[in-house]
Amino acid sequence: MSIGSDELSRIAELARLRVDSDELPALTRRLDDILGMVETLQTVDTEGVEPLSNPLDAHQPLRADVVTEGNRRSEFQSIAPAVENGLYLVPKVIE
Amino acid sequence: MITMTVAQLIQALRDREFSSVELTRSYLDRIAQRDGELNSYISVAPETALAEAEAADRLLAGDSAPPLAGIPIAHKDIFCTRGLRTSCASRMLDNFVPPYDATVVERLRHAGCVTLGKTNMDEFAMGSSSESSYYGACRNPWDSRCVPGGSSGGSAAAVAADLAAAATGTDTGGSIRQPAALCGITGIKPTYGRVSRLGMIAFASSLDQGGPMARTAEDCAILLGAMAGHDARDSTSMDRPVPDYRAALSLSLQGLRIGLPREWFGEQLQSAVADRIRAALRELEALGATLVDIDLAHSELSIPAYYIIAPAEASTNLARYDGVRYGHRCDSPRDLHDLYTRSREEGFGDEVQRRILIGTYALSSGYYDAFYKKAQQARRLIRQDYLDAFGQVDIIAGPTTPGPAFRLGEKTDDPVAMYLEDIYTLGVNLAGLPALSMPAGQVDGLPVGLQLVGPHFGEAQLLAAAHQLQLATDWHQQRPPATASTGDAA
Amino acid sequence: MSWETVIGLEVHLQLATQSKIFSGSSTRFGAEPNTQASAVDLAMPGMLPVLNEQAVRFAVMFGLGIDAEIGRRSVFDRKNYFYPDLPKGYQISQFAEPIVGRGEFEITLEDGSTRSIGITRAHLEEDAGKSLHEDFHGQTGIDLNRAGTPLLEIVSEPDLRSATEAVAYLKALHSLVLYLGISDGNMAEGSMRCDINLSLRPAGSDTLGTRAEIKNVNSFRFVEKAIQFETLRQADILESGGRVVQETRLYDAERDETRPMRSKEVANDYRYFPEPDLLPVVLEESWIAQLRSELPELPPAKRARFVSDYGLSTYDAGVLVDSRALADYFEAVARDCGDAKIAANWVQVELLGQLNREDLDITRSPVPPTQLAGLIRRILDDSISGKIAKQVFEAMWQGEGDADQIIESRGLKQVSDSGKLEAMVDAVIKDSPDQVAQYRAADAGKQKKLIGYFVGQVMKASRGQANPGMVNQLLARKLGDNQQDA
Repeated sequence: MSIGSDELSRIAELARLRVDSDELPALTRRLDDILGMVETLQTVDTEGVEPLSNPLDAHQPLRADVVTEGNRRSEFQSIAPAVENGLYLVPKVIE
Repeated sequence: MITMTVAQLIQALRDREFSSVELTRSYLDRIAQRDGELNSYISVAPETALAEAEAADRLLAGDSAPPLAGIPIAHKDIFCTRGLRTSCASRMLDNFVPPYDATVVERLRHAGCVTLGKTNMDEFAMGSSSESSYYGACRNPWDSRCVPGGSSGGSAAAVAADLAAAATGTDTGGSIRQPAALCGITGIKPTYGRVSRLGMIAFASSLDQGGPMARTAEDCAILLGAMAGHDARDSTSMDRPVPDYRAALSLSLQGLRIGLPREWFGEQLQSAVADRIRAALRELEALGATLVDIDLAHSELSIPAYYIIAPAEASTNLARYDGVRYGHRCDSPRDLHDLYTRSREEGFGDEVQRRILIGTYALSSGYYDAFYKKAQQARRLIRQDYLDAFGQVDIIAGPTTPGPAFRLGEKTDDPVAMYLEDIYTLGVNLAGLPALSMPAGQVDGLPVGLQLVGPHFGEAQLLAAAHQLQLATDWHQQRPPATASTGDAA
Repeated sequence: MSWETVIGLEVHLQLATQSKIFSGSSTRFGAEPNTQASAVDLAMPGMLPVLNEQAVRFAVMFGLGIDAEIGRRSVFDRKNYFYPDLPKGYQISQFAEPIVGRGEFEITLEDGSTRSIGITRAHLEEDAGKSLHEDFHGQTGIDLNRAGTPLLEIVSEPDLRSATEAVAYLKALHSLVLYLGISDGNMAEGSMRCDINLSLRPAGSDTLGTRAEIKNVNSFRFVEKAIQFETLRQADILESGGRVVQETRLYDAERDETRPMRSKEVANDYRYFPEPDLLPVVLEESWIAQLRSELPELPPAKRARFVSDYGLSTYDAGVLVDSRALADYFEAVARDCGDAKIAANWVQVELLGQLNREDLDITRSPVPPTQLAGLIRRILDDSISGKIAKQVFEAMWQGEGDADQIIESRGLKQVSDSGKLEAMVDAVIKDSPDQVAQYRAADAGKQKKLIGYFVGQVMKASRGQANPGMVNQLLARKLGDNQQDA
């Protein structure tokens, strides 16, 4: 299995990572190595095997509908890169 | 005093042989002397540590001191510590000071522990050598040309070099056990759901589990007892009682059936390591255990399944690092897209980016069934092998790693070779089982780890077996040469 | 060519929980920005979701309310995409195994006909925050108070065929969720938002055309207008031989048009996979049975009961069950006054008319059910006429007290004293010799019309308070008597 440069660019865009074009060949090779390693998976017969998402056969616990959190805005926003009037700022979002 | 075990320190503090402030100061001095070379800490917190030690001394003067009052420990820099920078060894979180404590940190604080600082690790716990840290590689106290293992390499190195009495670690695919093995200490990865993940920065949510790293199984039992237990704020934390691990240490090995997976003693295992492991197994046999050969038929699927599942989960766990609410933000972003891509490209190192890409690929449309779903199916087969094995045996034993510590830089250019470090440890995470690594002698002056794996929630049995073996052997008492030559202030 | 419009709706319903779906933050509307955003809502490192039981309960109540399959086991998934109002970089939603499966929902159209609309599924998910585009030096401000508010996304089959049907569906849905008490249904605050999937196909065709999705429409009227606009737009394209592009559009209420969203989204690849921070939700049969037994009576059952128990027409019953509050109001009046038909008439005509004129909801009616029932009782015991009753109602609306107080203080009690009435009748006959002569000369058929003049005069003289039945009887007798005398 091999990942093409176009494919890699598409994946990088989905992950919001920037891959410079001069890095593409080396990165593609490395990812191909990894994909080669996981290839053995394709050889195993998993017909009818239920995927396992979580190692314990447990069920989701439910929380009572109670407000337990107060306003910690100033504390939380003291570590934010850009805030104004209590809002987090980002470059203009176009809908 | 800094070479004593946690169990010994608890007694000594209660007997007023020395105070927690004196003990803490000794560790801080030792860190100042020794850590320039090892780089096992990312942050050291002398002021708060001494303040906590003073508070512990006051409690120790009364009669209601909590069980670990005054014991100086270090936290892997993946556990959020309120008011103390928590970086996950990433530039992304270089400026992140959490407004909260992880549950593990909170519990150990309540138990009386003093926090010396935060230990080095692979960036976002993705690695097996602690070389991918934004703060530089951590080194192995047994040989500073070698890696301490990873990702909890800083915790392992700090404990091995007496820079902390014990430390916390996390284990997603071997990240407690492999560095414990490579640094000659004892570390346990508990059953998935035994220790709360709240405030522990997520790598792969269905695999991550925090646990203690210390000099002995007894110390691990003491620390795990304080860390474990239900946390209603973590949906995957299991609500079941925590046994008294320390009290259970006296369980005899008489009649214990120990399974040896044939797949773990194959050609990947270095023969010198195999010899050390067989020697340790003979000791277990001498203590009354029975050795049984078993099969874990789907073992070879562990690496491919893990290297799909862990990156897939990581790729989305790390989507929150976008430069908006905390963490690294690039300078003057042109637009939103630039803010995201540049902040993330600057904030994440190469290995993290590689894993995000692989994980994104495995989940993307058209590949999900071939990769992610297939890996989750393989995961069930792997777990079933273990469950079947535990029908025949009480615990499983084998090597923790194929070889001892390797040289810095030896595997950094070959991710696949690095991934093979975890060949014996990954399956345990996929199956959610508890497992520990303990010293089992040396190869060419470097420690080798014996791995013991138990059934779900079987930590007490594992710790007891390890403790009984440590009572009968002295591998765990062997110290790195540099440490021995430095001597002991106490 | 004639085109058939095919519409499917995705409704995002905010559930009326106190706290968020995965955190203990308040869901109260209108707080200062980011004051209700906890570490979990902000996706701080290491933070984890824990599911709110009430959100699950509300979702199951909805499922039971439309007789849908309830997912005994349902799974949360991560839906991955980057957006500044989505702090984790993924939305926790449900994909492959939703909590509510296939159901049916009956809507009644204005002509009284009913249609059954398929509900494909309904699933739980978390809401995103809000992006505020007001000027922050050309930047966008992010408020995460809404992030993590529980939503039930209700997905319909493409069973709707017009704007009218779509609105009828939404109104019925709105009514249902208010009956169930699972949402405040406040559309102005965004508690019910709607995505419209719309395509056209040649009438009679079975295959679906290419659809456009119109995002986030938040009022019944805008849904109607957006559908009307979009139907014409697609018809124009198709008529001129063009092809509809599959895309996401926005409805601009000011211009009354839909237009494509400007952001160039890469073909979305949400990479759904099971959320590893949450475990499968497994519901006990007994828990579901308990909820089922606690469900309130829902509109279809209530309508049927109003028809059978109170003898109302299906149409009237339909109007009255429109909201639970209105139905409760009607029942209170009917029980109190003892005549359901008159109660239904008064509630529908006078009360709803007045409420509509003043744009008030039934819950804000200044006339409580006991007062309206008191008024109706005075009509039933002939204390006042229907006409006077309307005056009394006006006065009650103005807050002048109950019916008896108003009748008393304004002296509106109907004159049923035969002596008084006889005197009035006699006076009118005496003062109208010409009309009397005309009446007496007329045949029986004409007399019936002519008597109206005399009744009117008597009512005028009594300022409307004369009992009209008695006046009619007296007039007929007296005018007839005199005829006999002559």
